[in-house]
Amino acid sequence: MAKELLKGNEAFAEAAVRAGVEGFFGYPITPASEFLEYMAKRMPALGRAFLQAESEIAAIHMVYGAACAGKRALTATSGPGLSLMSEALSYIAGTEVPAVVVNVMRGGPGLGNIAPSQSDYNQMVKGGGHGDYFPIVLAPATVQEAIDYITLAFDLADKYRSLVFIVVDGNLGQMMESAELPPMRELRKEPPEWAVYGAKDRDPNILTSIYIDPPDEEITNIRLLKRWMEIEKNEVRYKEYDLDDAEVAVVSFGVAGRVCSSAVKTAREEGIKVGLFRPITVAPFPFKQIEALSKRVKRILVVEMNTGQMLDDVKRAVGGRVPVEFYGRIGGVTPFPDEILDEIRRINESEDAIEDGMEKVQWLERLEERIARGE
Amino acid sequence: MVMEKVDLNLVYERPESLTETTTHYCPGCTHGTAHRLVAEVLDEMGIREKAIGVAPVGCSVFAYDYFNHDFVEAAHGRAPAMATGIKRVRPENTVYTYQGDGDLASIGMGEIVHAAIRGENITVIFINNAIYGMTGGQMAPTTLPGMKTTSSPLGRDVEIVGYPVRMAEMLATADGASYVVRQSLHDPAHVRKAKKAIRKAFEVQERGLGFSIVELLSACPTNWGLTPVEALHFVRDNMVPYFPLGDYKVIDEVAKLRV
Ligand SMILES: Cc1ncc(C[n+]2csc(CCOP(=O)(O)OP(=O)(O)O)c2C)c(N)n1
Ligand code: SF4
Repeated sequence: MAKELLKGNEAFAEAAVRAGVEGFFGYPITPASEFLEYMAKRMPALGRAFLQAESEIAAIHMVYGAACAGKRALTATSGPGLSLMSEALSYIAGTEVPAVVVNVMRGGPGLGNIAPSQSDYNQMVKGGGHGDYFPIVLAPATVQEAIDYITLAFDLADKYRSLVFIVVDGNLGQMMESAELPPMRELRKEPPEWAVYGAKDRDPNILTSIYIDPPDEEITNIRLLKRWMEIEKNEVRYKEYDLDDAEVAVVSFGVAGRVCSSAVKTAREEGIKVGLFRPITVAPFPFKQIEALSKRVKRILVVEMNTGQMLDDVKRAVGGRVPVEFYGRIGGVTPFPDEILDEIRRINESEDAIEDGMEKVQWLERLEERIARGE
Repeated sequence: MVMEKVDLNLVYERPESLTETTTHYCPGCTHGTAHRLVAEVLDEMGIREKAIGVAPVGCSVFAYDYFNHDFVEAAHGRAPAMATGIKRVRPENTVYTYQGDGDLASIGMGEIVHAAIRGENITVIFINNAIYGMTGGQMAPTTLPGMKTTSSPLGRDVEIVGYPVRMAEMLATADGASYVVRQSLHDPAHVRKAKKAIRKAFEVQERGLGFSIVELLSACPTNWGLTPVEALHFVRDNMVPYFPLGDYKVIDEVAKLRV
């Protein structure tokens, strides 16, 4: 299939359709609404289930139901919606059924704004709902990657009976970009053997997240953890740019990573030995790869569109081996490549050690100066 | 002792739709009665093999241990949304929720109302025992005025916490609802009527006629602090007057059904 000019959210929705999604349940929220609107036309035309629910709570419980019924199911939302969904996310994880949730992140907390942001990193990566569980979180940076990873998300969800998040931000959701959609997959004919579809000629299937005896819950928690360890072993994904001889490494995910890649390119032209490491699975996080990276470079810069949520994971991987600096724009502000370039230039000259926590203090000083200059 | 061998006609047996599990419900609890009625209806209609139940959070959280068909266990109050998800992707299955009053009329008010508004083709079995059973007898949205519970120790004061909600009346106002009925489980005559209502509700779904709900006035002797018999009398004398029995919504197609 050839490349075409595609609009982010619509392309992601079509990718889900082609991956065989049979139930879409959603609630309008900017900047994810195009997803819902696209599905409103597309799903019924294919004879598949589409429903605008009365709330995100209901939407995700409908996804939960459809997933229990053994069908590929999906919703797309943004931060405030995700907060409402956390109850069901925990149930989905506890029941061990596959489901995919797209979060088109926006500025927060509270109602915040509808501008692109990465402020839900912790909410996604560290769970968000109650109990011990571990979702897979994929963070694409281009429309093409998002298309590819939506397909992958369903496969991973099925393989591990896991919850899979796709995190993008409003930039990517609204962007027009040339990309290629995969061919339409055939729908699954037979339900998975664990699903509920009627107990004909077999014992009843029961899907529940309640294990009233603590030893049973403990066994369940162990099963979930072991499955997660398997995922950590097999499914870490990331991209590297210009890191072979790099002395400075930028670590950044999603659209922030994309801004960084153009800054890195310009810096390279200036002769600075800098490269970019872009995690694609922010969960499982590429701890080992970043640990290895920290043994090759002199300094690391983490760039995010939040106050440094992934920063903690990077610092854990680096383990104090080299100084880790931070730069972020927050509240729905997307950084310009020039800002990152300034940071790369500064860091390239710097030999100073950074006391733990000072990377944020120093960043805030620089950021406030920048804001004062009207940038 | 030597037993005399006699020819017996089997008049009562366990429905195929129930398992042989020993009940965890308290003596005198009408959850068991309601389970049995649903199971008998599933048997009689021959739909056990395609039935998918959605259990609530409440004393009947383990309903799936008793029913011999596929089951899922929903979050507190969300059973109608979960049932919607199942039914929309598997319209060929018979999907029903089984919910208590805390589950359906308090935390899950939004989900049940919208399922009714949409005319979701599911069946809802609603157990109204005027109390939160599982958590130890707190006030429910259906707790009667003046009724003492652990969270209304002086009796429900309607000036402070408002009045009980009448769900059947309320849901009957939804254009999407096709069959809305309230029955009671306090004596054999009413149990028979309740079964008829349950049968009709499942027939509604089987014919694709839309949303059906059967509210069943029920007893919770444990948390009411009454004996099983006293509890049934309490239903008759106190609950029935506040929650009148009968059909609240029967669309024309449903009225034509003979069960
Ligand atoms: C979100 C959430 N809040 C509270 C609870 C605690 N809880 C469990 S059962 C229940 C009330 C159940 O009462 P009801 O629906 O009337 O059913 P019954 O036990 O009387 O059959 C509550 C509040 C919970 N499990 N989840
Ligand atoms: S607490 Fe009440 S509702 Fe729960 S099983 Fe006992 S009698 Fe039934």
